[in-house]
Parts: sequence; C-alpha cells; structure tokens
Amino acid sequence: MNSFASLLGKLDIHALPHDKITQGGAASLVLGMVAVVVLLTYFKRWKWLYREWLTTVDPKKIGIMYIVVALLMLLRGGADALMMRAQQATSVGAAHGVLSSDTFQQVFSAHGTIMIFFVGMGLMFGLFNLIVPLQIGSRDVAFPVLNATSFWLYAAGMALVNLSLVVGEFSAAGWLAYPPLSELKYSPGVGVDYWIWSLQIAGIGSLMSGINFFVTIVKMRCKGMDLMKMPLFCWSVLTTSVMIMFAFPILTVTLTLLALDRTLGMHFFTAGAGGNAMMYVNLIWAWGHPEVYILVLPAFGVYSEIVATFSRKSLFGYKSMVGALAAIAILSFTVWLHHFFTMGAGADVNAFFGIMTMLIAVPTGVKIFNWLFTMYQGRIHFASPMIWFMGFVFLFTLGGVAGVMMAVPPIDFQVHNSLFLVAHFHTMIISGVIFGYLAGITYWFPKFFGFKLNERLGKYAAWCWIVGFILAFGPLYILGLMGATRRLDHYSAAMGWQQLFIVAGIGVLIIGLGVFFQLLQFGVSIWQRKARLDYAPDPWRGRTLEWATPSPVPVYNFAKLPEVSGRDAFWAMKQTKQAAADKDFMDIRLPKNTPAGLLVAGFAFAAGFGIIWHIWALLVIGGLGVLSSIIIRSTAERTEYTIPAKQVERIETEARARESYA
Amino acid sequence: MEESAVVRPPSLKEERQEADSKTIFGFWVYIMTDCVLFASLFATYAVLHNNTVGGPGGKELFSLHYALTETLLLLTSSFTCGLAILAARARDKDKVLFWLGVTFLMGFGFLGLELHEFHSLAVSGNSWRRNGFLSAFFTLVGTHGLHITSGLIWMGTMMIRVAGSGLGRINVRRLTLLSLFWHFLDIVWIFIFTIVYLMGGAGV
Repeated sequence: MNSFASLLGKLDIHALPHDKITQGGAASLVLGMVAVVVLLTYFKRWKWLYREWLTTVDPKKIGIMYIVVALLMLLRGGADALMMRAQQATSVGAAHGVLSSDTFQQVFSAHGTIMIFFVGMGLMFGLFNLIVPLQIGSRDVAFPVLNATSFWLYAAGMALVNLSLVVGEFSAAGWLAYPPLSELKYSPGVGVDYWIWSLQIAGIGSLMSGINFFVTIVKMRCKGMDLMKMPLFCWSVLTTSVMIMFAFPILTVTLTLLALDRTLGMHFFTAGAGGNAMMYVNLIWAWGHPEVYILVLPAFGVYSEIVATFSRKSLFGYKSMVGALAAIAILSFTVWLHHFFTMGAGADVNAFFGIMTMLIAVPTGVKIFNWLFTMYQGRIHFASPMIWFMGFVFLFTLGGVAGVMMAVPPIDFQVHNSLFLVAHFHTMIISGVIFGYLAGITYWFPKFFGFKLNERLGKYAAWCWIVGFILAFGPLYILGLMGATRRLDHYSAAMGWQQLFIVAGIGVLIIGLGVFFQLLQFGVSIWQRKARLDYAPDPWRGRTLEWATPSPVPVYNFAKLPEVSGRDAFWAMKQTKQAAADKDFMDIRLPKNTPAGLLVAGFAFAAGFGIIWHIWALLVIGGLGVLSSIIIRSTAERTEYTIPAKQVERIETEARARESYA
Repeated sequence: MEESAVVRPPSLKEERQEADSKTIFGFWVYIMTDCVLFASLFATYAVLHNNTVGGPGGKELFSLHYALTETLLLLTSSFTCGLAILAARARDKDKVLFWLGVTFLMGFGFLGLELHEFHSLAVSGNSWRRNGFLSAFFTLVGTHGLHITSGLIWMGTMMIRVAGSGLGRINVRRLTLLSLFWHFLDIVWIFIFTIVYLMGGAGV
C-alpha cells in the first residue's frame, strides 16, 4: 500500500474540492465534459472529430479551435469576475460575503491567468491562424505541424488550469505569483505548481507560434507584396511575433527558476540562502510588459482593417501606422520597471522608466489619430464591428490617459496596488484587446462560414459591453483614489465604499448581459444558417486579399496564388474588374493531417500533471512520450497530398456558382 | 522579354528549395530565441554569483584546467561536426557517419566531464540547494548540458537515419540544422567558460 501511495506522489483523496463554490464549479466542469462525451458518442461523431479537427493542420480549422476554446475560457474567467464583484459588494463590516479568503485569492489568481493566457492569447492566435495566410496570399503557414502542436500545447495548458478546479487547488498568489509568497515555504500546496506548468506548457506553444508566424510573413508573401504593401493586420502580427520571440524565452526561464526553487530546493527567489525575490519581479515584468503589447498590437491591426473597410477609405497614414507599431514594440521592452516604482529603485531609475512609459503614449496617439482621420470624410457604416471600434477609441483613450498619469512616479506611489490601477489595465485590455478580437470575429466570421452573424444582436452585445464597462470600472477609478487596494476580500463599513462596489457589480452584470447577447448571436445565427447562408465572398466590401477567396474559404485558400501591385490589393482588383481566375488550374500540394501535435501536447499534459503532484513515473512517461512523438513524426514520409487540378476547378466552379445563385 | 500574364506555378524543385530555405531560416530564428533564454540565465547568474552566504565561491570550487579540458573537447567536436557537414555536401555517406560518430563521442565525453563535476560538487556539500550562487551555476551550466543532451539524441537519430536512408535532400537539410545547433551550443559554452570559469576563477 505504501509503495503504491508513493507512486501517486502528493495526490490523494483530499485533493478533491472542499468548499461549496469550488465543488459547484468542479461539478459543472465535469458534467459539461460528460455531456460532450455523451453527445459525441450518441451522434457517432468521434471519428469525425478526430479526422476533421483533432488531427488537422489547416490553419483555418486551428484558428476556429483557438477561438472556441478562448470563448469558453472567457465564460470561465467571467464567472470568476462575477464572484469577485459579488464578494466585494457584500463583504462589508459584519458580513463576510460569499467566498472564503482562500477561495477568493484563488479566484482572482485564476481570473487574471485565464483572461491573459487563455482568452487574450487564444483569441489572438486564433485570428493569426485565420487571417494571416489569407492576407499575405499564401496557402499555409510556414510550419503547419508545429502550428498544430502550438495549439494543442495551448489546449493542454488550458486543461491543466481547469483540472486544478477538480483535483487540488489553484494558485492563490496572484496572476504573476510573486515570491517569496509563491515559494514552497509560504505556498506549500500544488496551486502555484499548477500555475507554473500550465503557463509553461502554453507559453512554449506561444513561443513556437511567434516563430512560425514570423517566418510565415517573412518568407511566404505572394508575388508583389512587399512588406510595405502588407495589410496592417499582418504588420501587427509581424511586430507581435518579434516581441513574442524576445519576451517569451524570458517567461520560460522565469517559470523554470520558480519551479526549480519549489521542486528541487534551489534558491533563486527565496527569502534566505542568497535568493533574490526582486530578480523575479524584474524578470517577470521584462516578459510581462511586452506581453500586454503583444496582446494589444494585433487588436490594433484588426481595428485598422475595420476602420478602413467601414469608412470606405484606405487607411490614413499607413507608413506612420507601421512606424508606430515598431516604436511601440521597441519601447515596450524599456518600461518594465514602472510596474514596481515603489519597490526600492532610486529616483533616477524611476525617472528614466517614467519618461520611457510616457513616450509610449506618442506612437499610440499617432494610431488613434490615424484611425480618426481615416473616418474623416469617409462613408462610415455603423456595422457592429464599427460599434466595438467606437467604444474602443473612447475608452482606450481614457484608460491611456490614466496610464500616463501613473507613469509619473510620485502619482504611482499614491495609487500603486490600488483599484485605480486595476481600473486602468482593465480599460486597456477590455477595450483594446477584447473589443478588438470580438470585432474581428464578427468581421471575419462570414469569410469562414459563408454567412454573417446577426447584426442586431451583435450591436446589443457591443453596447452592453460598453455601458457595462463604464459602470463596472468607473467606480473602481474612484475607489482607487479613495484608497481601496486591489485583491480585497473584506473591508470596514466605515470606509463608505459599498455603494460604489455595488455599482461596479451592476456593471459586471450588464457586461454579462453583453456576453449573453454574444452567445445568443452565435446561437441564433447558426440556428438560422440555412436562411442566412449567402456565400458572399466580400460581404463588407473589404479591401484586402482574404476577401478575394470564396466563402467559406476552400482548404487551399487560393486556387491560384495572387499577384499584387499595391496596398489594398483586393480593392484595386475590384476597381480594375480583374476577373477571378477560372482557367488553367494547377495541382495543389498540401500537408496531410497528423496526430503529432495532439500526441506531443497530450504527453506534455501528463508530464505537467506528474511534476505538479510529484508523480515521477508519470513525468518520465510524459517526457519520453514527447520525445518519441517528435522522433517518430520526423521519420514520417509522404507528409503531403495533392489536390488534382480537376478537383480544384470543380471546387472553384461550384463556389462561384453558389455565390451567383445566392 | 515580356513577362507572361499568367503567373508560372512553382515547380516541385522550386517548392522544395523554398521549403528548405524556410526551415533553415526558421531554425535560425529559433536559435535567436534560445539566445534570449541563455541571456536571461546569464543575467540571473550575474545577479546571484556573489550570493554564497558564507559558502565557497567560484575561486574555491572551479578548476580551470578541468574547464579547459571540457572547452577543448567541445570546440574540437564543433570542428568535426563541420567536417561531417562538408562530407554531407559531397554526399560521402561513410565520412559523414565517421565524423558524426567522432562528434558524438566528444560531445558525450563533454557531458560526462560536466556530470562528473556536478557530482563531485554535490557530494562535497556544494549542491544547488546550498545557496543562490550554486543554484544559478547549476541551472546555467545544466541548461547548456541539457541542450547538449538533446543535441546528442538528435545526432544519434540522424546517424541511424543517414545509415539507413542515405544522404537525401531532407537528411542533408536536417544535418545542416543539427550543425547550426551544435555550433550555437559551442558559442554559448564559450560565454560560460569566460563568465563562469575564467572570471569566477579569477574571483571577479
């Protein structure tokens, strides 16, 4: 019995959740999984799932999977947000709210981790996959199997975070797990280990995606598309990929060092024996600050596409937009210390980082003005992506101004760690990142499914998010200035904060209504798909190459690789009435499906679980599994298949016929 | 000559050359990210290298002669790896296998020396658990050793593959990547030798 127990490491029956809230969450998670399995079995869809999705290397399908997972995680992270708001609205004076202190800490740690890594990054890589190959006129990404592996590593990290709800606990050390709190001495449970390994696995996937899209854009643009003729979304992906390549290795190292401290008893960040906790804070922000720009730059790219399309004008100031992206990318690596002005650097150092931080407002301002100038004298169409954009410009500018305020070190000393900061970064991330990607999903949805989403519900969703956002975070700015700190699970009634917390709670409910409309929008549109299906290749009158393909996009993207001569290539094609190619079709070679990515990530998941629970046998099995999956995949021959010219012709003819019929 | 209006599709050969250049470029990019990884580890070592908390420092612990032996072994292995690539270009299978074998043995020897050093440090009470300096030392040098280990596994599989299926286009491409990787590890080691052993031995 003893030897069996030691095989299981730290895992035993006590790992199951104790308190009611966590039990509820765990139960709904398990029931959801069971329901999915039952449905798949009932409709005999396992084989379909495996063939069409689990083993796919088609970036379009991988993109859709990223977005589905990220939206599910948005619900999970949103539920965490609701719980926090409920707690802070009710836990005053004698009342102690709905959550215990420990659960509350896990909830805010999980909320931050999930929203950044599994919602923001997921939506971002989803859109990379869907749009980049199409916009640069390519059939694929540079390394399709690596791309699938990246997705599955992301999914494995996501699975570990959610597993922590059922088996064990999650980190209670905040979304960045500062030591010494996150060291073994002060966080002896498995929570921090779950945090480390889920991020490590997902982070390595992100790093590989960064390399992949960098090479894709550098090497695979179609004929005539110079860098300065690329759509701005691709520019944003290029700069983001470079930032990922520089920032994510730092995250890999930082997480590894913390894991070495916790698992092998090293002393990188411990309070004694020569550890240096400030080094962790520096390292994590050397990654963390670029990370927020990594999330937001592609959203800027999305907005640039949307504003130009719905203003029926080409983007104002293209070159300055590209310059601004590059400037933000470089500056983002020179400001990390502003996250800890109060932690003991001298006045000179603080002044340097304060000034660098303020400088970032310049290129960002350039972008805001360029978008506004694009709209100026345009024929603006207020479709739902444009509503998201308008909400973004308004809120992002406000949040940006708050950011410049905090860039001044003396002001930061006043509001450090307060809800003012929380309100600031939520303004940037929700209006910048989330609005941008939701707008992008609405905008590009018809390209991949052949029909538009319900516009009315989309507009309701956007307005609910905008109004809800103002109600939810406006009070937090005020509360922050009143001295309310972040991560507070209880406060005295004498502070007079409760009304404002209640308003913030109402705001989150309105955001929740927005999420509901969003889901309803998907549900209703898919339900009515037969009536909506119009196969329109260019439903918004777009300007860039993705709209030159049939909707839904065929597996090979372009029957013939396009050749372009300027920016807004598709707009130019439409003006010159350049007919779609309909003869001289060629054979097309594409990569075959493979379970390699799924296997690598599955074994990585097992290894992660093993190291979290000190189940060393599982760690060894997982590690060897990853290694042998890679070696076996590398021996694979005939990894491509050919679509004969005849079949390409048939697919194209059918697509064009469908368009004119609808 | 006027260009025809129809874009000529790439031939299979062109497509393959393009795939090669893509892969090699991608691998260079990966190596750059690995540079950032090592740079972060060097930074942690620089921050922690004086945090011995009363324990011995680099001057007491490291033997320059020992580190020099490791260095010469690894540098020579990089040279023989280069010879293997030259042979691969000449499509000389036996020579490729011979030089890869020599490279493998030297890499293996290097790894053995490193593990022996780690072992003797640990048994003399100077393991990674002792202080921040030793944690940083074991992690920096150990990460390089881990890279060498993956390089050796890769080299082993490549030897089996070359012996089995000869020097086709894909195998030559893979050998090129492997040699890039091996040379890169060499360069990282030179930094380790300088910063950890030379400067540490001099008590800087």
